[in-house]
Amino acid sequence: MEIWRITWFTVACAAAATALILPPGVVLAWLLARRKFPGRVLIETFVSLPLVMPPVATGLILLMLLSRRGTLGGVLERLGIEVVFTWKAVVLAMAIMGLPLLVRTARAGFEQVNARYERVAATLGASPARIFLTISLPLAWPSVLAGAVLAFARALGEFGATIMVAGSIPGATRTLSVAIYGYAETGQDAMALELLLVSVAIALAALWTANRLVERSAA
Amino acid sequence: MIDLDIEVAQGSFLLIAKVRLDARAAALFGPSGAGKTTILDAIAGLRTPRRGSIAVNGRVLYASDGGVNLPPHHRHVGYVPQDVALFPHMGVRANLLYGRHPGVSADLDRVVRMLEIDGLLDRRVTDLSGGERQRVALGRALMSGPSLLLLDEPLAAVDVPLRRRILPYLQRVRDELTVPIVYVSHDREEVDELADVVVNVDAGRVVSVDQVRGS
Repeated sequence: MEIWRITWFTVACAAAATALILPPGVVLAWLLARRKFPGRVLIETFVSLPLVMPPVATGLILLMLLSRRGTLGGVLERLGIEVVFTWKAVVLAMAIMGLPLLVRTARAGFEQVNARYERVAATLGASPARIFLTISLPLAWPSVLAGAVLAFARALGEFGATIMVAGSIPGATRTLSVAIYGYAETGQDAMALELLLVSVAIALAALWTANRLVERSAA
Repeated sequence: MIDLDIEVAQGSFLLIAKVRLDARAAALFGPSGAGKTTILDAIAGLRTPRRGSIAVNGRVLYASDGGVNLPPHHRHVGYVPQDVALFPHMGVRANLLYGRHPGVSADLDRVVRMLEIDGLLDRRVTDLSGGERQRVALGRALMSGPSLLLLDEPLAAVDVPLRRRILPYLQRVRDELTVPIVYVSHDREEVDELADVVVNVDAGRVVSVDQVRGS
C-alpha cells in the first residue's frame, strides 16, 4: 500500500540521517562545550545556520553544491555517485536540518557535566578520548539522547530542503510531508488525511519513547 | 623531591612560586585566595604557567624553556580535589579501578585494607558518607600508581570528629606507601600532625618554608 511505503521510506531515511550525524555531531558538541580552538565560532555558526535559514534556501544551497555542475556534485559524478533526486538526497537534507538540534542539545548536556570529573580523570591517566567515552558521554547521555530524538523528529517532518534537493518522485524520494502536500494540492484529501494521521501517530510514539528513555537514564 | 619555579597568571592574580621540596608530606599553608590550589593545579597539569619549570623526582613535567608541557594524563600525579569528585555514574569499585595501569598500580587489596574501605566496594558513591567519600577518592588516586599525591584541603569538607578519624589514614599513606604528599591546608593543627615541611603562601607568593619539629 502506498501509505505504508511512504511511511516506511520516511522513517528509514530519518533513522539513517540520525545515525549519520550522531557520531560527528556528538563529538562536535563535546568539542564546542570543552575546547577552545581556532574556527570555533565559525563552525558553530555554520552548524546552526539551517536552524534560522528558510529550509528551502538550505535545500537550494545543497542542490547547487551537489548538482552535476556543482562543486561537490562534479567530484561525486566522477566517482559514479549520484545524490540529487535520489533517496541519498533525502537523507542528506534530513541530516543537515537535524544536525543543529542534535549539536545544540548535546552541547548543553556536556556543559552541564562538572569539569572536575574530566580533570580528575585526566590526572588518573585517562586520555582525552577515554575521558570522552567513559566520563563525559555517560554523564551527558540524557541530553545526547534528547538531541538525537529531536533531530529524528525534525527529519521526519522535513519538507523544504527535501523538495528542493530530492524532489517528489513517487516511490523514490517522496516522504510523508512532501506526499501530504502533494495529495492536498491535487485534491486527494482522503489520502492526505490518512498520511496526516500516520504522522501524528509517529510523532506521539517518538515523543513517548524519548521521554521513557530519558526518564530511565536519569533514574 | 619536587622542584618548582613557576609564574601562573590568573586574571589579575599572579602567583610566583619558587621552592624545592624534599619531604614526605608538605603542606601549602595560608589564607584562602593565597594561590595554594593554583600551585596544585599547575603541578597536576590542569593549569599552564606563564613560564617556569616543574620537576618531580628529576622528571620534568613542565619547562617553558625546553618547550616541555606534559598533559595531565602523562604526569603520574594523583590529585584529590576539594570536593573529591567521585564519578557519580560508577560504583566504588569502578571508581577505584578507573586509573589502574597494569604493572604500575598499587594492589587493590592493599589499598582497600589500608584505607578500610573493603566493605564499600559494591556501594554506589552517592550512598557514601563524607569520610567514606574522602577515603575512596584517596584510594582512587593511589590506585593509579602516582609518583606524587596532591590533596586539596583533604579535611576541610568533613567535621572535626571525622577529621580525627581521617588523619590516621593520611599518615598511613605517607608512611606505608612512601608516596610523597603535597596538600593544601589552612588549619594549623592539621599541618602539625601530617606535614614535615610547611610552605607558607600568601597573596600569590611563597613567604617562607619551615621544617616542622618532631615529625
